[in-house]
This record gives sequence, structure tokens and C-alpha cells, in this order.
Amino acid sequence: MFWSFVKAFLVGGAICAIGEVLVLKTRLTPARILVGCIVLGVILSAVGLYGPLADFAGAGATVPLTGFGHALVTGVKRAVDEIGFMGAFTGGLTSTAAGIAAAVFFGTMMALLFKPRGKE
Amino acid sequence: MSEKQSPSSSAHQAQLERYRQLVDRLSPKSKLGQGVFRAFWVGGAICCLGQALLELGRGPLGMTNTAASTFCSTVLVALTALLTGLGVFDKIGQYAGAGAFVPISGFANAMVSPAMEFRREGLVLGLGGKLFTIAGPVLVWGISASVIVGVLYALFPW
Repeated sequence: MFWSFVKAFLVGGAICAIGEVLVLKTRLTPARILVGCIVLGVILSAVGLYGPLADFAGAGATVPLTGFGHALVTGVKRAVDEIGFMGAFTGGLTSTAAGIAAAVFFGTMMALLFKPRGKE
Repeated sequence: MSEKQSPSSSAHQAQLERYRQLVDRLSPKSKLGQGVFRAFWVGGAICCLGQALLELGRGPLGMTNTAASTFCSTVLVALTALLTGLGVFDKIGQYAGAGAFVPISGFANAMVSPAMEFRREGLVLGLGGKLFTIAGPVLVWGISASVIVGVLYALFPW
């Protein structure tokens, strides 16, 4: 139990540290970093590298956005196994539905509740 | 500054120049080190919180693995949305950079921030449209890439 936290901290921290190096070295905009993370996660998961990392690090691998890409790929593969070719179109959103729906729902609620602050 | 300089002032200039080179050579590195350190510990801490939610879901709440990971991302997203609304997440983001934006909290923040900002342009195109300013590209490229992988997997299972 304790080690699962250590592993999550170290792996999750390392992924974010790599992201920060990219931000500082390349001056990529946040949108590009996020898109890059997802696509990288999709690629690493597709070639079979991200699965073992997720087994090892738990939330350390699934909480960063690369894990979102990994969830897309595991969902797509599961759906293809279950329903065949059309699973390629259903699986990705099925496995990431909660994250997307939560972000849309809570995002909308908070935008209705709060007024933006001026930049001090 | 004039082009012509007396010997003493040019020596002074050379010294200033060396100093400037030294600053240029050293400061980006320390800035890099500091930024990476902050991203590492804040990002690691967010993932630890995620791990705690996973363990909470699997243990005391008796969820399946899938439900627990759903619980984990939903709570992190809700928490980030709330902190963004309160203006706290922006400060965490300024401090931690990628440490705050690379985890799923960054995805949630990228939706709430523009939605709040553009709410005055209306509930449909303002809030509803700008919610996807950054999340849109993320979904477009993520979903497209996953469909490609899915088609390949359906044709050549590995």
C-alpha cells in the first residue's frame, strides 16, 4: 500500500517533469502539450509500453494525460475484441466517458457559479 | 551607448559582457531545475491523491477496478473544476507549470477556465463553445488516434 503511493509519486512526478522540460525548452503552448501527451499515450499504449507502466505505477501512470491516451487504446482494443471492427469507433469514448462527462458537467457548473477574476 | 569607448570603459564593457554571458549561461539552467522540481513534486502529489482515491474506491467503497478508476478521475476533475472556479488552481498552475497541467487536472482546468472567461458571450456559444477551446483539440486528436489504433487492431490483432 505504502509502495503504491511511492511508485505513483515517482512515476507521475517524472511524467510531469518531462512535460515541464518540454514547456521550458520548446515553448509549446499548453494546448499542444496536452494534445502531445494524449497522442503520445495512445502511441505508447498501442505498442504495448504503457500497459506495464500502468500496472507498475497505478495512478502515477493513469492520472497524467498520457494515461487518458492509454485509456482510449485499452477501450478500443476491448471493444474490438467484443464487437469486432465497429469497436474501433465505440471503445475509445466508452472507456473515457466518465472523465469527459465529468469535465463537461463540472466545468459547466463552475462556469455558471463563479465569475472570472481579473488578473492581479 | 556609443560605439567609441575609452580603454577603461571598454574593459568595463567587456567585463559587463562576460557577466551577461555568465548570467545567460547560468540562469536558464537554474530556472529549468526549479521548474522541473516544482512540476515533479506537485505532479507526483496529484498522482498520489489519485492513488489514494483508487485505494479508497477499491477498499472501503468496495468498487471494481474500473469503477474505482472512474471514481478517481471524476473526483480529480470535480476538485480541479472547483479550485479553478475559486481561482486557486491558477496559482497552483503558476507555481507548478506542467505539474498541474499534465495530470487530468489540466484537462479539467482547460475546460473550466475559458468557459468562465467567455460566459459573458452567452451560455451557448460563450460558455458552451469555449468549454472546448483546449479540450476540443485534445479530444479531436485523442479520439482520431485511438480510432486509427482500433482499425489497425481489428485488421491485424496483436
